[in-house]
Amino acid sequence: MASALDRIADIIAETSDVPREKITPDSHVINDLGIDSLDFLDIVFAIDKAFGIKVPVEAWTQEVNAGTAPAEQYFVMKNLATRIEELVAAKVPGPSGGA
Amino acid sequence: MRLEYFQMIDRVTAVDPEGIAAEAIVPAASPVFEGHFPGHPLVPGVLLVETMAQASGYLLLHRSGFARMPFLSTVKEAKFRSFVTPETRLEVTAKLEHDGSGYAVTRAAIAVAGKRICDAELVFRTLPFPAPELEAAMRAQAERIGLGGPTGGGPHGP
Repeated sequence: MASALDRIADIIAETSDVPREKITPDSHVINDLGIDSLDFLDIVFAIDKAFGIKVPVEAWTQEVNAGTAPAEQYFVMKNLATRIEELVAAKVPGPSGGA
Repeated sequence: MRLEYFQMIDRVTAVDPEGIAAEAIVPAASPVFEGHFPGHPLVPGVLLVETMAQASGYLLLHRSGFARMPFLSTVKEAKFRSFVTPETRLEVTAKLEHDGSGYAVTRAAIAVAGKRICDAELVFRTLPFPAPELEAAMRAQAERIGLGGPTGGGPHGP
C-alpha cells in the first residue's frame, strides 16, 4: 500500500489544481502549495474518508493561532503524513473489535 | 416559504441525527416572481440551493444541540431537474455525509410529489455562534418549524 505521504499527496493533487510532482515531503501545504482554507476543507474531507479518521483540523488551527504549536507541525507534508499515521494508529481497534 | 425573507422551510416532518425531512410551500405571490420571470414565475435555482442548505443547517443544528452554527461554504454538483412554480409543495431532505472537525457535509434534495427536482452535496463550516442574537433567532426559527418538538422523530424520508 502507498505511504500516507503519497496518498495525501495524491488527494491534494486530485482535489486542487496543484500538480502532483510539485508536492514534496517538505512542501508547506498553505505557503508552498497555495492551498487556501476552503480547498483545505475539501482535502481534509477526502483524508477523513480515505483513512477513516476525523482530522482535528479545528484544534490544530487553534493551536497554531494561539502560538502553542508551529504551523509546520501540521501543515508541512511529511509532518502532516505523520499526524495522519498517528490518528490512524490511534483508531485501530483491539483484537476484540474495539469500541 | 417567505422567499424575500429567506425563510425557506415551513415545517420539519422528521429528524434524527443522520437526516431530516421538511416541507416548504412555494407562495402564490412574491416580489421574487416579479423579476424571475415576468409572466413566467419560477423559484430561482439559487433559492432552491438555499432551501436545501437550510434543511441541512437545521439538521446540523439539531445534531449539535444548537452549539454551533453551520455556514454554507461549498455547493457541489447542484442539479436543477425541473421548474418550480408558485404554490408547489416541496419535500426537502438532507442526509449527513460526514461530520468533520469544524465542518460537515450533507447530501440534500428536493422532490415534488415524489419526483426529484434538485439535489446537491453541500459543505458547511460549523462555528460557535458569533452572536447571541443569531443563536436566539435560529432557536426561534427552529421552534417555528417544529424542529425538536413533538412533530420531530422517525425516519428521514425516502
